[in-house]
Amino acid sequence: MALEIHLATSRVQKDLVSNEDPKHIVTPGEVITADSGFMRGHGTYMEDDKLYASVAGCVERVNKLICVKPVKSRYNGEVGDVVIGRILQVGQRRWKVDIHSRQDAILMLSAVNLPGGELRRRSEEDERMMRDYLAEGDIISAEVQAIFSDGALSLHTRSLKYGKLSQGTLVHVAPSLVKRRKTHFHNLPCGASIILGNNGYVWICPTVNEDTDHTGGFIENTEPVSLADREVVARLHNCVIALAQHRMMLYDTSILYTFEASLKYQVSSA
Amino acid sequence: MAGMELLSDEGFRIDGRRPNELRRIQCRMGVFAQADGSAYIEHGNTKVLAAVYGPHDIQGSKGRAAVHDIAFINCQYSMATFSTGERKQRPRGDRKSQEMTHHLKQTFDGAILTHLYPHSQIDIYVEVLQSDGGNYCASVNAATLALIDAGIPMKDYVCACSASFIDETPLMDINYTEESSATPQLIVSILPKSEHLVFVEMNSRLHEDQLSRVLDIAVKGCSDIYHILDRAVKEHLMEASIPLSSDT
Repeated sequence: MALEIHLATSRVQKDLVSNEDPKHIVTPGEVITADSGFMRGHGTYMEDDKLYASVAGCVERVNKLICVKPVKSRYNGEVGDVVIGRILQVGQRRWKVDIHSRQDAILMLSAVNLPGGELRRRSEEDERMMRDYLAEGDIISAEVQAIFSDGALSLHTRSLKYGKLSQGTLVHVAPSLVKRRKTHFHNLPCGASIILGNNGYVWICPTVNEDTDHTGGFIENTEPVSLADREVVARLHNCVIALAQHRMMLYDTSILYTFEASLKYQVSSA
Repeated sequence: MAGMELLSDEGFRIDGRRPNELRRIQCRMGVFAQADGSAYIEHGNTKVLAAVYGPHDIQGSKGRAAVHDIAFINCQYSMATFSTGERKQRPRGDRKSQEMTHHLKQTFDGAILTHLYPHSQIDIYVEVLQSDGGNYCASVNAATLALIDAGIPMKDYVCACSASFIDETPLMDINYTEESSATPQLIVSILPKSEHLVFVEMNSRLHEDQLSRVLDIAVKGCSDIYHILDRAVKEHLMEASIPLSSDT
């Protein structure tokens, strides 16, 4: 395998002064504008009628609102986002879920579809059975239902496409790399399904049959996955990592093209 | 230290610098993939790694002590066992490290916009890999870069620099030899844009009349460091955001 190695000294230094970048890059403490007619957005703060940046990134302006978007940050939730999370704790009528946000998200018992139909009363029995539905370490897909006043997120899985995920791999990427699309669930033609969580968690698993397998995940499929399927999943896993390393946006087409480009490389046993 | 001249008659210091010169600073951001933000910095022979995790949910018993409407900043300063001339027995947890941890926490409490993250915690881990004086300064500068890399909102950079006073001359950014001889030592960290002092520490004795001169050179050192760090951050941003822009 051919590798290209550069010495640190031979790296091309991009000249900061001559580069006519249309993007306005700021660093913390830099004055964005001294004009008081603007509104303060994320990543900025106001002092003495001047607007300062509080993070390093590029300035985004929407009419009178000025925001600074950092290159890398934790996930900032929005209502309606699809997220992948891992159960951390089972508590009083709620689960705590890690979604790479600044606080653990909460999944209420009343916000999940329990096995046995929609119109079912939640009894004390359910509260006692919570750990049987979702235990610590389980991975779920969910949707953001609400944002609490302190910024914590509340999730729900009240649709058959959400719920517990059984067999597959989880990849972590920066949340900013996941492109916002109409749908984040994709059945790729290469024989695998991918869920691109807005929080930067990507789930890759062998294709699920939409009609029979969307059970909210309470029936766990533990049948062995064939070698061919595992190879496809592993290849997609590497494709996602490669895209993230080069800071390319993740969505179905970009992943599929990367997958196709990678097909000329064989799986090595080493 | 008899016979050793900290400042020669020609006005050069023991490592060949002039009194108002910094050591060479080299830095890199984003050295760890796992941490939210990380940085590595060298001040001459002092080498420091910093990693930042968070903001995340409050973990462990520290949460009980924390105030709930602002983020809790958790620092840990440690020195690698191989970092000093004599091998260290305890990399962390000794009095000196505990004090340094406390100083770092105080410094960053003043600079991070903690009120944006209630019920959260930000971890700053600093590890000195090689110690040649100015450990606090290098730690602060490394942690600043790591916090910027993590995208954590701050009022400004925090830049730290030390200074001393030998033979009627104020010295900028002192190394281990100068630090360990019986000379006064002033450590300062500032927010360079506003020149607000966030942390000042004075070791040994210095005449009151000289204080302002020594303070001035330390602040000058901080603002020099700021320009180096700012350039490094901008270069890092360019590298990270160019491919992104071509795609969106």
